[in-house]
Amino acid sequence: MTANGSPYAPHTDADREAMLSAVGADDEEALFDIPDDVRFDGEFGIEARGERAVRSLVDRTLSANDDLVELLGRGHYDHYVPSMVDHLSDRSEFLTSYTQYQPEVAQGFLQALFEYQSMLVELTGLGVANCSMYDAATALGEAATLATRVRSTSGTRVLVPERLQAGRRRVLDNYVSGHDLAVETYPMDDGTADVDALASLADEETVLVYAETPTVRGAVEERADEIGTLADDHDAMFVLGSDPVALSVLEEPASLGADVVVGDAATLGVPTAYGMGIGLFACREDYLRQVPGRLVGVAEDETGRRTYTLTLQTREQHIRRERATSNICTNQAWVALRTAMHAAWLGPDGLVELAGDCVERARELAARVDDVDGVRAPVHDRHHFREFVARTDRPAPAVADDLEAAGYAVHVVGDHEIQLCTTETNEEALDGFVAALREVAR
Amino acid sequence: MTDDTDHETFAYDQARWTDDDERYEPLLSEKNTEAVDVDTPLPDELTREELELPSLSEPELARHYTRLSEMNYGVDSGPFPLGSCTMKYNPKFTEDVAVHPDGLVHPDRSADTVQGNLQLQYELQDYLGRIGGMDAVTLQPPAGAAGEFTGILVAREYHRANDDDRSEVIVPESAHGTNFASAAMAGYDVVTLPGGDDGRVDLEALEAALSEETAALMLTNPNTLGLFERDIVEIAEMVHDVGGLLYYDGANLNALLGRARPGDMGFDIMHYNVHKTFATPHGGGGPGAGPVGVTAELAEFLPDPHVRKADGDYERYSPDSSIGKVHGYAGNWLVLVKTFAYIARLGDEGLADASAKAVLNANYLAEQLEYEVPFGPFHHEFVASAGDQDAADAAKRMLDYGVHPPTTKWPEIVEEALMTEPTEAENRRSLDQLAAAFNAVRNDDEETLETAPERTAAGRIDQVAAARDPELSWQALDEE
Repeated sequence: MTANGSPYAPHTDADREAMLSAVGADDEEALFDIPDDVRFDGEFGIEARGERAVRSLVDRTLSANDDLVELLGRGHYDHYVPSMVDHLSDRSEFLTSYTQYQPEVAQGFLQALFEYQSMLVELTGLGVANCSMYDAATALGEAATLATRVRSTSGTRVLVPERLQAGRRRVLDNYVSGHDLAVETYPMDDGTADVDALASLADEETVLVYAETPTVRGAVEERADEIGTLADDHDAMFVLGSDPVALSVLEEPASLGADVVVGDAATLGVPTAYGMGIGLFACREDYLRQVPGRLVGVAEDETGRRTYTLTLQTREQHIRRERATSNICTNQAWVALRTAMHAAWLGPDGLVELAGDCVERARELAARVDDVDGVRAPVHDRHHFREFVARTDRPAPAVADDLEAAGYAVHVVGDHEIQLCTTETNEEALDGFVAALREVAR
Repeated sequence: MTDDTDHETFAYDQARWTDDDERYEPLLSEKNTEAVDVDTPLPDELTREELELPSLSEPELARHYTRLSEMNYGVDSGPFPLGSCTMKYNPKFTEDVAVHPDGLVHPDRSADTVQGNLQLQYELQDYLGRIGGMDAVTLQPPAGAAGEFTGILVAREYHRANDDDRSEVIVPESAHGTNFASAAMAGYDVVTLPGGDDGRVDLEALEAALSEETAALMLTNPNTLGLFERDIVEIAEMVHDVGGLLYYDGANLNALLGRARPGDMGFDIMHYNVHKTFATPHGGGGPGAGPVGVTAELAEFLPDPHVRKADGDYERYSPDSSIGKVHGYAGNWLVLVKTFAYIARLGDEGLADASAKAVLNANYLAEQLEYEVPFGPFHHEFVASAGDQDAADAAKRMLDYGVHPPTTKWPEIVEEALMTEPTEAENRRSLDQLAAAFNAVRNDDEETLETAPERTAAGRIDQVAAARDPELSWQALDEE
């Protein structure tokens, strides 16, 4: 390599000379056809470092984070990801490949994505799952624009629960902003949808009804089937938000009348990662030609054997341009690979057990927290999944601050409400947490 | 190596696991599937009765995924000159840095308790700003197309703040498909700008397209032919004169590092494709990240939250006229950490050298090709013409030489286009082999091309038939 050059540009001095000579240039600068008036003569002022020095720099930088036990969820969850997922998803042939424009040399990734899609078809009961959107919020946004394209729905009103993870609501607002759509909220009742209020709000102008199970407050939606019927009565699309762990045990969305399922599929495959996820997107087969994102389908090769390929690409931006079903190109494929690996590692037994634990753990922690003077939990008389809301006698921000000082991070979701999430990754810290809560709750 | 390369010795054989006459590696579901009863603490009416999914042990899964990986081609497998995708080498250490446990925190943590993540975000915003000549940068968009959408929303909000509702975004006909789609998603009518005969923007056509309705012109520079838009300063003036904004698609930034900056050329908004320019792995299609940089005048419109430094601490804040959010949280964190690490590793000189070598490699490769390269001078990529060959067939044949083919049949201004971007990461020998592969294919007969590839994990795949009767899950296969 050239002294002080990129360590990843493998040119010897001799090769560089020979190459320059072959192209008839004295140096690389001669190859740049950039007018003088826009030539950059300055410096970025970024110091080059050795690999070890960069690692130290990142070590030092990130060490400024406080080491807290997190009881945080509300859309981003921490489940234990088995080592196998890291080791196999990091194989270079997967990690350094790209979108499968040449399927003959990309059968491995295509098959893994096909398996991912198939798992989601099983979990949702819907006929089609794409191979990813960016995250739960953008998947919801894409669902809303899908509603404007399918013939079976009409109208401009998108009804969403009044309580929704803020990012999902705000991303949705941006996705609908270029369409003739208006987002409105319907009330919630004790942590889940107020179906009666929703029934009085929905009308012929309603194009989409969105509900979640579990909800942002951790409650399993018990009346999802009624919401499905209600949406159907108004020819509106019923979009259900969930995740693959919950879907392993909850009633299949298709039988609840869901037309589309969205959510964060990275509850499998990615641990807490500062909000990075993968948008789960599954829908009824009738919408096939309007689906956003990439789809992997079966094909035959010249030997007559079954193979896999990206398919129905005429929906996509590189062919359909401004009339594409979405602008998405680069997606979260590698995360989909990891999600599928994790699901396969757990298997159906492991998934059902993990989901059961999500119910059990939330219930047990709520009972323990309810025993603490100055706290009542759960606030909602519902079945909870991973998380629940607790009422605090003291103002919730003060309780949360004191807990933070004691080493625990919790959500503040109301003046006197905190939200607590537990999975296998923080269960060993719960004795300490309950003791700390006892100290600060009064 | 010469044109008469011995095809038997200069060749590639991808692993091909064959199960029987019907299939290659079986699906997970074909290896073992079980239906288990769903028994949970929840009431039965809220749960499904059974769950049917593959059930395999870890050793079986390790073999499954290892075999699949062997039937997949990545940058580490060989040259990957896929034009406009910048498939450069992905340094390994950045993988370890990205999963630093200290950084794997929940996004809803209070700012006081995640000063490390916020500092890294702040430093990366700053790095990218310097590299692009932009005053403020958001890291939230999770991919290049998401960056485009973000940038166009910023433009829309800017015009609205001036009580100046505009209806059109202009996009050159040779632009990436995402440009058209992103502008349409933001509600704009897309005006397609025909290209000039020299492969660059035709100023007369631009003049005709510009009006009081123009919200923005989206350009990439160098353009998809690898040509620098030499009239960029005049273009910027023309767009600004009608009150429009100039948007830079960062797909081709790898050509310019340290040589020219979009901010200095008059661009108001740009996105960076960190999985292209800054070497984060493409991951079989993603995740990437598409940070967006803007001029000081537009900083108040950036997504919420933005990270700034105040009294020595880092804090999140909502820019005054923020467009809101384009990702549920803070974007693709793992990818952003890799970006930071790559830039910190290379520094000024390494980044400048990356572009120098990317441009040298493209020129050196093109020099050796028998295919015609009609437009130049190009930079990090060039578009060759397969001439009387079908570019897609030629691409299939290249696979037999252990070479991932270029992007084909685009841009359409070149007949049977082979859009080629070798990146800086190929050495001379590798470029010579790449050239030999191109030239061997150039001299292959039609029948050879039409039946290629033969040495890959699967033979030629019939994509047209696949789209006619789509089967998108193993459940669909079972229905047969």
